[in-house]
Amino acid sequence: MADFGYKIQEDRQINYDSNDRTLFYFLKRVEPSISLCIGCGTCSATCTAGQFTQFDLHKIMLYVRRGEKVHIANEIKKCMLCGKCSLVCPKGINTRNIIFQTRKFIHSNK
Amino acid sequence: MELTGKQNIWKDYQKEIADDKYFYVRSCVRQNFFPGAETTFLRILKDELHKDIYEHPCHTTCTGIGYHGDVVPFDTAMTVIARQFALMTEAGYENLVPSCVTSFGLYSEVLETWHHFPEVLARVREHLRKATGREFNIPKNVAHASDVIFKFRNEIAQKAKYKLINTATGKPLKVVEHIGCHYSKMFPAKGVGGAEFPYVLIGMVEEWGGEVIDYPERRHCCGFGFRQYLVQANRGYSIGCSHKKFESMEPYEPDMIITNCPGCPMFLDKWQYAISEMNGKTYGKNGQGIPVFTFEEVAGLVLGYDPWDIGLQVHQVSCEPILDKMGIKYDPATKYLGKNGKYLGVPEKPSVLKD
Amino acid sequence: MSKSVIVIGGGIAGMEASAYLSAMGFNVTLFEKDEKLGGHLLNWERLFPTKRLGSEVLTFLKKGMDDKIKVHTNSNITKINSENGKYFVTNDNNEIFEADALLITTGYDLFDARRKEEYGYGIYDNVITSAELETMFLSGKPIVNKQGKVPKRIGFVHCVGSRDRKVGNVYCSKVCCVTAVKQATEIREHLPECETYCFYMDLRMYGAKFEELYNEAQEKYGVTFIRGRLSEANETIDGSLLVKVEDTLVGRPLKMTVDLLVLMVGFEPSKGTKDIAKILNLSTNSNGFIEVADEHTLTNVTNLKGVFVAGTTTSPRTITNTINDARAAAAEIACYLNLYTIQSRNN
Repeated sequence: MADFGYKIQEDRQINYDSNDRTLFYFLKRVEPSISLCIGCGTCSATCTAGQFTQFDLHKIMLYVRRGEKVHIANEIKKCMLCGKCSLVCPKGINTRNIIFQTRKFIHSNK
Repeated sequence: MELTGKQNIWKDYQKEIADDKYFYVRSCVRQNFFPGAETTFLRILKDELHKDIYEHPCHTTCTGIGYHGDVVPFDTAMTVIARQFALMTEAGYENLVPSCVTSFGLYSEVLETWHHFPEVLARVREHLRKATGREFNIPKNVAHASDVIFKFRNEIAQKAKYKLINTATGKPLKVVEHIGCHYSKMFPAKGVGGAEFPYVLIGMVEEWGGEVIDYPERRHCCGFGFRQYLVQANRGYSIGCSHKKFESMEPYEPDMIITNCPGCPMFLDKWQYAISEMNGKTYGKNGQGIPVFTFEEVAGLVLGYDPWDIGLQVHQVSCEPILDKMGIKYDPATKYLGKNGKYLGVPEKPSVLKD
Repeated sequence: MSKSVIVIGGGIAGMEASAYLSAMGFNVTLFEKDEKLGGHLLNWERLFPTKRLGSEVLTFLKKGMDDKIKVHTNSNITKINSENGKYFVTNDNNEIFEADALLITTGYDLFDARRKEEYGYGIYDNVITSAELETMFLSGKPIVNKQGKVPKRIGFVHCVGSRDRKVGNVYCSKVCCVTAVKQATEIREHLPECETYCFYMDLRMYGAKFEELYNEAQEKYGVTFIRGRLSEANETIDGSLLVKVEDTLVGRPLKMTVDLLVLMVGFEPSKGTKDIAKILNLSTNSNGFIEVADEHTLTNVTNLKGVFVAGTTTSPRTITNTINDARAAAAEIACYLNLYTIQSRNN
């Protein structure tokens, strides 16, 4: 195939129709409180890891909801499970369990 | 889809288009991209419609390409445009007809600026006076060349030798219409039909017998966008836009694409070659592409002009499938003969895209 | 002889105010342009946040309408004169009615969604308004799209015609957010397999039990909320709609197809409100609704002595607030007509 010095760029749209949201449906089953997240960011603001790495829990939860799987496996490792996120969540979401279950899902689907 | 809903919107966006005495300003790039398009426009206006249309030999670029390519500042653009208006005033014309959609957009932007900021107009007058000693009047009417053809679409239909109909099946040709962004996205009221559902090309296609396809990425830009194409490293973004459109229109199996902008037909045509070379994909039947035309070329075909006179031999995607569908007679032997029978040379065959 | 009040507009506010004024002993005449009393409530199946039937509220309002109230339906007002503190109202039958005070309850019209051209309402088969969805609920018929297909995915677009300078409406219509949440959950009740998405700018869950309904929508009904305003909707080859939206929380554009797209249309001053304002020379505010004498303290009082307003004639509001406002207007009118001293505060 010809090389013109550039490639057909993929668009950055989240393609909701073709994305795979199996992880989200799994989490919704085992930890229904994930549905309550409004993306307020309190969890990320208090997160120890987030202040020193790119780790961002509310974003990860959003990516999971949209079926954007990029980096989740790597990102989720950065959590040190201190539990501060659960402490501050105004919606009472069991964020710690969401992280546990995500790791479990990724591990079992390797 | 409810056509009446679209018709209601079209009613809301009717613009005044002068009916004679035009001052025509050419595009910088169209004479290279589609050399027959502007000639065909002038031929239709003069020979078919018997209009007074004038071109000034001293007309220059409007600077739109530099303005949108980030190299010409707005003040410079305004002064250059003021000079075009001065040429028009000196020649005794009041109705401006730009060939280029970006020019049309820039003229509209400049006039709108002067309307809201008279002090800017005064400054530009002063700049032009100092630089050239010229004075100018603001045009009475600004219409894009596609507006003019739209206005006379019925007259063209009456003189038509061919219709946008598949002569083998008797069915209307399925046409994708693509409007240049600068035509009405900046100033919806200045475009026939507005910005979301522009009518300017649909009006022509319907009048000449074709059927328009409305596909999901219809409103998406062709991807030319000046600066992203000019830099090679950014061309992936440019071709990505066209690719998105082709993928979206493909299920409708369009027979052709009609456009009203200099860049769009160029890119929608040439990118089909580039895409086919890069990933092997073609969007027409049997490995062919979807032929892409300017509105003048389509008008010329309908009027029975020789396809090689209107410059269809320089298209990347072969026009012959459409000529055959419309039942247009043409001589394959003269395809690559230019004016006065001068041999132009035959382009190399693409490795994927079929004739 | 007891004093008389003419109420113009027989929706929720007009009915409730008439009921209170009549109960207080005033002679009440109520004009309604349509055949039936009830206004927009007639077209709404269930009400937020409780999802009780709209017809129950209508029955309650009707019970308040005693026999003494003179109701004129199919009646439009063409002229109003005032003389010596009295108002003379002419209808399109050329009958003239006399009153000591007027109450304007001409309310709102729903925003004409065709004005948001980018959504293709009136063009694309499966773009409907929240009112049309409610009509579907009311009809009791199965919920299907134009092609007769049971929708698998429905999108709700918030703020259509509200908080939108481009269409000339800068204000919030107050009821659409919670209506979308209500309708999305009702869809899940009717069609448990159908996914529902709300595209919102921000969710204004200000009323009692609104936030609870929102939480329930997320947790119990699985409604997905995507923060971002649709830039456009386009019809696909099978009649579904491809919507484009920026998922502002993710920070990326998002596209998805939906089988039905519901536009949450906002409120605009009704044609009746605009007509009456013109006939009476009533002041209107920057949004085109009737201007009240004081935003905090005189919300039922207009620039004209003896002319009062209630309900959505002055701004968008919920049914709860409309009923409260109608009763407040009745109290205000009673103070005016009975010359209670508290009335002097208004001057």
